[in-house]
Amino acid sequence: MTDVLGNPPPPSDSLAVLEKQRSTAEAFGIPLAVLLEITHRCPLQCPYCSNPVELDRAGKELTTDEWKKVLSELAEIGVLQVHFSGGEPTARKDLVELVKHASDVGLYTNLITSAVLLTREKLGELADAGLCHVQISFQGIEEGLADRVAGYKGGHRKKLEVAKWTRELDLPLTVNAVMHRQNLHQLPDIIQMSIDLDADRLEVANVQYYGWALKNRAALMPTVAQLDECTRLVEEARERLKGTLAIDYVVPDYYALRPKKCMGGWGRQFFNISPAGKVLPCHAAESITGLEFESVRSNHSIAWIWQNSEAFNRYRGTGWMKEPCKSCEFREIDFGGCRCQAFALTGDAANTDPACALSPLHETIFKQAEAEAEGETNRFLYRNFAGGTLESENGT
Amino acid sequence: MAGPRHISVNEASRPVLPRHAKLKYDETRKVWVILAPERVLAPDEIAVEVLQLCNGERSVGDVSDQLAAKYAAPREAILADVITMLQDLADKGFLTEAREKTP
Repeated sequence: MTDVLGNPPPPSDSLAVLEKQRSTAEAFGIPLAVLLEITHRCPLQCPYCSNPVELDRAGKELTTDEWKKVLSELAEIGVLQVHFSGGEPTARKDLVELVKHASDVGLYTNLITSAVLLTREKLGELADAGLCHVQISFQGIEEGLADRVAGYKGGHRKKLEVAKWTRELDLPLTVNAVMHRQNLHQLPDIIQMSIDLDADRLEVANVQYYGWALKNRAALMPTVAQLDECTRLVEEARERLKGTLAIDYVVPDYYALRPKKCMGGWGRQFFNISPAGKVLPCHAAESITGLEFESVRSNHSIAWIWQNSEAFNRYRGTGWMKEPCKSCEFREIDFGGCRCQAFALTGDAANTDPACALSPLHETIFKQAEAEAEGETNRFLYRNFAGGTLESENGT
Repeated sequence: MAGPRHISVNEASRPVLPRHAKLKYDETRKVWVILAPERVLAPDEIAVEVLQLCNGERSVGDVSDQLAAKYAAPREAILADVITMLQDLADKGFLTEAREKTP
């Protein structure tokens, strides 16, 4: 998952990117796009899943009517785009109805899917309901590796089929390739696959190490050499494929000197809604213990939660910062990096994200990641509702 | 299938926004926007006017004629600006061309 609306091409004179133009100028105006994680159920078991380790069970999910009310409210307060995500959003039987409702209230709709549950008929229904864009995740270039990473036999083949249907229905396609040590060697072929599938966009998303991915870090962490090669390939392909395939690139931050401006800054331009209706500053935010997140089921409106709730205000701006962030010249540029990563690695979300070279922990963590990247551990802990299942010795 | 990649905009092109690029007035922020996959673009006033005229039937030349007449401005200058703006949109993947109609 990239930062929503992140990484845009440089704006030309007559077509600026609105997010760049306004969001920092306006004090926490309502985001342009919102991520809706409508379920945590998913047939895949990817070991880097961005969902929290503590998954919401089906019984806690918002009902169809509750999601419709959310969609209407989002449109009313000025949200322009919604991303239907999960878990696997097509695991909900009411997805067509929700997409239809979103279109009816004027929202631009994206589907972020593993594709394995889709039929051609269902995809057609979604297109008729007004779906604007389909993003399909790929785990590799061939079924041996791809199906092993996803923990789902036959998945890769199905994804290729659904990608083809997507273009036949004249829907724009984004290939979302999540990259890590065990599949980075396939990147040149993934770029070619995206062209062959007639995709409009490719997201080369290096795994971000929280939640499930943190548990699997030793099996996923790339080497410095792999990353350098990945960056070189992306830059070369961007130039070569200009006007044909747009490539967004999400780098892992462990080997960087400066942390990423995670989510564009906490509570500044992004929120998501969890299956159970919690309004969150980022999809990993529930991993930070001690924060209370308000729900759309509460008495408060979504706009109120965005503007006034304790969880959103806790790490907004720079007032919460400690040293070395507090007096850092970059504090308004990266906002101290990622709060979830700071919490996961230091135990305090208000600490400097250790991805930053100025964090006292940076050196230790970099060395640890480097050692893991060179290590022999390739077995995955698969994501599931039972807290994860370790891959067997011989794979799967 | 959508039109071919690498659209080259010229005077005879009859461009139109594809279904996945939606021109819309944003009531909250009081600006025109183009909604596209994972992007929200903010076209300026002239770009909005051009895009409202691009319906897949009018050619870029027709659009430039109309704007030249409306603003009493040199057609050649307008045509160049219109092509530049539309080509930029095409390069971003947010422009398509009307298919040839079968007679």
